[in-house]
Amino acid sequence: MRTVTHPEHEHDATTGDKGMNKARPARLDLRAASGGGLFDYAPAPESVRPDIADRYGLFIDGSFVEPGSGNWFPSINPATEGTMSMIAEASTADVDRAVKAAREALPAWSGLPAKERGKYLYRIARRMQERARELAVLETLDGGKPIKESRDVDVPLACAHFFYHAGWADKLKFALPGRDPKPVGVCGQIIPWNFPLLMLAWKIAPALACGNTVVLKPAETTSLTALRFAEICAEIGLPKGVVNIVTGAGETGRAIVEHDGIDKIAFTGSTQVGKMIAKAVAPTNKRLTLELGGKSANIIFEDASLDQAIEGIIEGIYFNQGHVCCAGSRLFVQESILDTVIDKLSDRMSSLRVGDPMDKNTDVGAINSKEQLATISKYLTLGDKEGAVRHDVCNSSLPDKGFWCRPCFYSGVQPSHTIAREEIFGPVLAVMSFRTPEEAISRANNSPYGLAAGVWTDKGSKIFDVARRLDAGIVWLNTYNKFDPTSPFGGYKESGFGREGGRHGLLAYCR
Amino acid sequence: MTSTDTQHLPPSSPTVDAVMVDRRAKSFTTRSIKKDSKMAALELAISMIDLTTLEGADSPEKVRSLCVKAKRPWERDEEILGRRLGHVAAVCVYPSMVPHAKEHLAGSGVNVASVATGFPSGQYPLDIRVRDVKQAVADGADEIDMVINRGAFLSGKYGVVAEEIRAVVEACGPAHLKVILETGELVTYDNVRRASDIAISCIREGDFIKTSTGKVSPAATMPVTLVMLEAIRDAYKQTGTMYGMKPAGGIRTGKQAWHYLCMVNETLGEGWLSPDWFRFGASSLLNDVLRSMQKLATGEYAASYDFSDA
Repeated sequence: MRTVTHPEHEHDATTGDKGMNKARPARLDLRAASGGGLFDYAPAPESVRPDIADRYGLFIDGSFVEPGSGNWFPSINPATEGTMSMIAEASTADVDRAVKAAREALPAWSGLPAKERGKYLYRIARRMQERARELAVLETLDGGKPIKESRDVDVPLACAHFFYHAGWADKLKFALPGRDPKPVGVCGQIIPWNFPLLMLAWKIAPALACGNTVVLKPAETTSLTALRFAEICAEIGLPKGVVNIVTGAGETGRAIVEHDGIDKIAFTGSTQVGKMIAKAVAPTNKRLTLELGGKSANIIFEDASLDQAIEGIIEGIYFNQGHVCCAGSRLFVQESILDTVIDKLSDRMSSLRVGDPMDKNTDVGAINSKEQLATISKYLTLGDKEGAVRHDVCNSSLPDKGFWCRPCFYSGVQPSHTIAREEIFGPVLAVMSFRTPEEAISRANNSPYGLAAGVWTDKGSKIFDVARRLDAGIVWLNTYNKFDPTSPFGGYKESGFGREGGRHGLLAYCR
Repeated sequence: MTSTDTQHLPPSSPTVDAVMVDRRAKSFTTRSIKKDSKMAALELAISMIDLTTLEGADSPEKVRSLCVKAKRPWERDEEILGRRLGHVAAVCVYPSMVPHAKEHLAGSGVNVASVATGFPSGQYPLDIRVRDVKQAVADGADEIDMVINRGAFLSGKYGVVAEEIRAVVEACGPAHLKVILETGELVTYDNVRRASDIAISCIREGDFIKTSTGKVSPAATMPVTLVMLEAIRDAYKQTGTMYGMKPAGGIRTGKQAWHYLCMVNETLGEGWLSPDWFRFGASSLLNDVLRSMQKLATGEYAASYDFSDA
């Protein structure tokens, strides 16, 4: 295994004779930022600690109920490995109860004047804003993401989705001209653990705006914010049965997918599970949208604004520990600037702070679960074995307990390497080079996935030409990971089909 | 005056994309600095302040009270903090006030900084601007804050800009130089980066580049300062030569100050966290820093009038 630890930037220490007598460091030392230096940042823990019940039942027909299965599973804080609460496991019978409740609620909900539905969505959005800090803290405790991300990204965006769709509720005819939009019916929604509350908002807000009722299953490692959302639904007086939250793992998901009383399945998660769902749904009348994995390309041309492109790389792959379906996990750098980019990236990464997700200064938090850490470790071993050069340039110390992975990147990656082809879903970047725009485009498109891409250049004609020719549902130009409810999100190829957000997102929830 | 517009052009400067610069600069404002780190940052900030008065109404008496404040920023430091605080970095005045400042600051460790070169516009013949510098140095200025020729810069005469900076460097002799880009008049980040590179190519190790005169709005902003810090970092990585940075104008609170310090820390490293390499050009910042210190030490916010004006 070849690895590069912190690259040295030694310089000749001649000071010249300029009458200056100043202390100067032997080299550019950014490591101080990660602790132990002159200007160490003292811990800045988030002080709000929301009440967490010992156990949570299923939210069916407007109230929390015991699971018929009688089974409960623990929800772990990945930063401490401590059990936070016991979560009900919904059986097939429980899912059936939830679907029945949603079915019974459907006529009244879809028959409500559209502007009244909009009011409920506004109330949800406002209540989420009021409880934003509590939701952010819960999200961080449950999922391991840095508090600054859940506080500044996840929760505000989730609220924004409800506000946005509240506005559409009574304007669907304008959103979808030439049609008379009707709700699809009962929607079964299955969401992943990387953005629990945000993915819930992406699914529930458009469904409710269009007059549907829902049965939603959060991922088994991150149920808490969905259950808190259920409390909000009850609190604002949302009619019973319109939103039902059933917690559980794969079997609960299967029960939703296979339930006859469901009209539409919306799934966000791995491509592997997405394919199973597509097969299960194929012989039925159910509608389906899938938002699956990705191995998105971030392309840096030599004429790009490099320091900003470096920010885009960091944002692209280390945001949320790389647990992002649209993560820019393949970096293509024009050969002429490859060394410069690797050097700048190493410097920038050395200032990343990994650790307690509840610390407001943490840049990279905990890996969501033990299983995911094992997956990432497997890919690191493979990357080393297949001959790429690993750059362990982040010096941040790691806590003793919990699931942690220091962000790193690989150079010398070949397109055939596993780490360049498969989705790692962790803070691991594969760096490759190219020489011409043609080569960049064909390499970027040489992937089973087609979710997102980034293009970095200062040249306007090039940026639009390249963006147009990339097989990706989202292409960010001179930026990365910009999300907005008005902008449709979704993929091509094995990254799924259907769009969420914007007017396009409404289509999936209307007949 | 020789015009060499096509000569001495700086190496082509990297372009700067506004969206991600703004995003990165904003990220430093979410750094949360607490307790000991905050106290250390505030104390560091005091040591980096160029306490400034640049008014037409300045008088020897005004400068005298500024000097007193510069030497002993807080008369109640021992009472509240239990220790005596250090002095600020420099007192920054117009050239006519240099002799007065020098008189009060001699032997104190506080430098006398003088704006010169026809500050703030710089719209004077070069020989007059150079004489302005020489006179200030002769009167005892330890540091000279010059303005670049923005007219020449904006019309693309980069060679003229560079040549004039070199002339001022020469006129400075032993005095340290700070080159004011007046970024509020350069408008774009690309211009800020290019002007930074031009200035850096002309000055000596230990000299500074500085954002603003404080007479033009906007003055210092975090993204502009970040672009300039990146120019300093790139120069250091290429040549091993260290240059200083001074944001000036608009930095009024202790909180802003530690956001800037976080930015310096994470862009250049802790080697730059000293008044030798980083300064704040400010007049009202000092008292807010003291106020933050009192809050940290006693848990209570003092009224602004509890702190003596300079």
